[in-house]
Amino acid sequence: MTILHIMILIPFVFAIFVPLFYKYFNKRLHTGWFVILIPIIIFVYLLQLIPKIASGATIYETIPWIPSFGINLDMYVDGLSLIFGLLITGIGALVILYSIYYLSKEKEALHNFYVYLLLFMGAMLGLVFSDNILVLYVFWELTSISSFLLIAYWYEREKSRYGAQKSMLITIFGGLAMLSGFIMLSMITDTYSIREMFAMSETIIAHDLFLPAMILILLGAFTKSAQFPFSIWLPDAMEAPTPISAYLHSATMVKAGIYLVARLTPIFGGTAEWFWIISTVGLITLLYGSFNAVKQIDLKGLLAYSTISQLGMIMSLLGIGSAALYFGYGNEAAMYAAAITAAIFHMINHSTFKGALFMVVGIVDHETGTRDIRRLGGLMTVMPITFTVALIGSFAMAGLPPFNGFLSKEMFFASVVKVMEMDAFNMETLGVLFPIIAWVASIFTFIYSMILVFKTFRGKYKPERLEKKAHEAPIGMLIAPIILASLVIVIFFFPNVIADLLLVPAVAAILPSLMEENVLEIHISAWHGFSAELYMTIGVVVIGTIMYLTLKKWTKVYRLYPQNLTINALYNNGLESSQRIAASITNKYMTGYTRDYLAYIFTFFVLLIGGTLIVSNSITIDLTNDAPVNIFEMAIILSMLVAAFTVLLAKSRLTAIISLGVLGYLVSLFFVIFRAPDLALTQLVVETVTTALFLLCFFHLPKFKEQTKKQKKGVPFKPLNLIISIAVGAVVTVFALSANGTQIFEPIASYYEDSYELAGAKNIVNAILVDFRGIDTMLEIFVLCIAALSVYTMIKLRLSRREK
Amino acid sequence: METIMSILVGVLFTIGTYLILTKSLIRIILGTSIISHGVHLLILTMGGLKSGGPPLLGIGTTTFTDALPQALILTAIVINFATTALFLVLSYRAYQELGTDNTAEMRGDENE
Repeated sequence: MTILHIMILIPFVFAIFVPLFYKYFNKRLHTGWFVILIPIIIFVYLLQLIPKIASGATIYETIPWIPSFGINLDMYVDGLSLIFGLLITGIGALVILYSIYYLSKEKEALHNFYVYLLLFMGAMLGLVFSDNILVLYVFWELTSISSFLLIAYWYEREKSRYGAQKSMLITIFGGLAMLSGFIMLSMITDTYSIREMFAMSETIIAHDLFLPAMILILLGAFTKSAQFPFSIWLPDAMEAPTPISAYLHSATMVKAGIYLVARLTPIFGGTAEWFWIISTVGLITLLYGSFNAVKQIDLKGLLAYSTISQLGMIMSLLGIGSAALYFGYGNEAAMYAAAITAAIFHMINHSTFKGALFMVVGIVDHETGTRDIRRLGGLMTVMPITFTVALIGSFAMAGLPPFNGFLSKEMFFASVVKVMEMDAFNMETLGVLFPIIAWVASIFTFIYSMILVFKTFRGKYKPERLEKKAHEAPIGMLIAPIILASLVIVIFFFPNVIADLLLVPAVAAILPSLMEENVLEIHISAWHGFSAELYMTIGVVVIGTIMYLTLKKWTKVYRLYPQNLTINALYNNGLESSQRIAASITNKYMTGYTRDYLAYIFTFFVLLIGGTLIVSNSITIDLTNDAPVNIFEMAIILSMLVAAFTVLLAKSRLTAIISLGVLGYLVSLFFVIFRAPDLALTQLVVETVTTALFLLCFFHLPKFKEQTKKQKKGVPFKPLNLIISIAVGAVVTVFALSANGTQIFEPIASYYEDSYELAGAKNIVNAILVDFRGIDTMLEIFVLCIAALSVYTMIKLRLSRREK
Repeated sequence: METIMSILVGVLFTIGTYLILTKSLIRIILGTSIISHGVHLLILTMGGLKSGGPPLLGIGTTTFTDALPQALILTAIVINFATTALFLVLSYRAYQELGTDNTAEMRGDENE
């Protein structure tokens, strides 16, 4: 166990003790105070790794888990995973602090909450530090499960359960696709280590499984990061408690997909497929999210769509940045590396301002009792601190100076402008769409950011519409958003601290081939200057302001879109109809009638045995070895046929039973002819007893009127049954004939003919039964005993239904 | 002879299958009985017919019919008897409890 492993496993171990703390200390001290120690410890540990990682070193530790399959807890720290680790623990600590004031220690099941939260935190840490893809997958699914538990934290609400189920179905679907992608990757490279795969990038790209593996893995990343069209789970996940929305659904879990894409860029990057899939999906998500966010009336719904949009932006930046690997070295590559820098930078910025905004919304909800934009307004003077934080967060989100969102948005614009000039992957023709989409999406981003802050805090204060009398939140609840909001400003003024310490090693991890050249640093520092992107931002602000002011006039646009064509409607209908179709298929063949199931069984018997006989060409009918037939035997056979048909056609059951008896006695006659005296004896006796039993049973049948009617009817004629039966008979006949015609080896009967020497018996059949193969006989006696006991029980034991 | 026996077995199977596919419990049991006769005859036929005397030492014959299939059939007859008896009693009890011998009417409720 190394310290790194301990740090990743602490949350899991501590989660076990949380219920104990809850049980014994919660009355005096909120359980969250114990839990908050964990992220702080890990955060401090990760902080002291920064100088080492910033100097270009990496840390690799492993402990065996399933060594014989090559699955070990390989933990790897480089710039990329370190940023994620810091975000997870840093924001984790702030969220726990916030939740201490947000969740009541008397009313809420806090032990559940913090166990799930710690489980999630540990899973997330394991995810970002794993080098082994299968271990990564394990942690990946753990985040899905803990997120499921957290969304449904208020499980008595139906909406929570719906949201939890939806997110579960979608993320697990993606997770499973990703697993198959990972397995393909490991089949190509024969390793589970991501670092070792970097070196084999060319082999992977040339392999046939490259495209399927890539698409499957991206499915995992896109579902987790709520990319279009898998984004529908995120707005419904807003039913979770607000600290969870802030933590999972804005800052950490939804970035797992981003992490995965960034992590695997050295493997897949530089190919046209990777570039196009990721940047187009990202841009579509960006536009879709920001466009839909404007029409939301729930503050958390607005933030959910804004998260989707921002994630799309980061994703598209990663896609654009992957072009750097196509160019390999030099200035061209460094230019696209700037997109990667922007992606990572914006991810950090987004975590800070989105975390703060969620907390603000939580405070508003907590203090006024509603999150509905139409009921809110005029809170500026009532809640000045909250308003300030909201203002900082919103302006950062809109990309205005002096907040960190401005920097990353500028870098984003710079990247989409640059990508127009790229002369690869058909960008000459389609490249111009990139900045247009980005710019339009940014306008919408500006609008919803303004809605968020001004519709909530400005305008008229309407106390009669609120459930509680609004007032400023307690200071404890404000600490976390204030810290995040001040980070938003600090990062704006000192971006290079973050750039040097965190971004450079992260970009080096994503684009290892550029590591040697020092061009990277220049680009991060160069954030000033009059350029196209600055004019784009000015355009966003101008047009955004105009559109915000004329909001009422053009929001009717949203009503034009048909409601039954939304992705949500498709998802709901798909789910419903899949259940309906499955049920109708099952009801169609699971009729509950024995006859139908028997018909299936016989049909399959005919198709399988008959089909095999035909396909394998093994129908051989050889009549040369047949024994001669005499008239006496023919007579018996004919009588048997007559008896059998009488059973079939008998109108009264008595006739059927007697004919069956006749059939049995004729069989025993056959045994006589074919020199089987013991068989003949047994058959005679058994047939007698069976017939007697039949008659006995028949005698006891209650005499219904209907029954007598049926007796006259005989066997009803059903053509399908007849066809099936004839087919069964034909298959058996052909099978018997073919088997007769082929003798592969001599029978072993001659051995038993020495039974007198071997067993002291002159009757060979009896010697076989009790001596050579005595176990058969013993078990057959068992069968008789069990049957006898069952018969006795069935007749004697009469529990009526009510007594049961 | 083997060919004719194979056809006979096929006919017995046909009749047995047809009876099993009907709705009446008693007929189903009749069907299984007929099929079991068919199976016994099939095993006997597969062992080869009339290749010698009965498998008893010391009655003067030097060649015997194959004793192994006979032993197998003997076991099968007894087991078949046991199951038939059980099924008969089961159907008798089913009558008593349910008042019908029609398998189509023997249905549980929707959720079973």
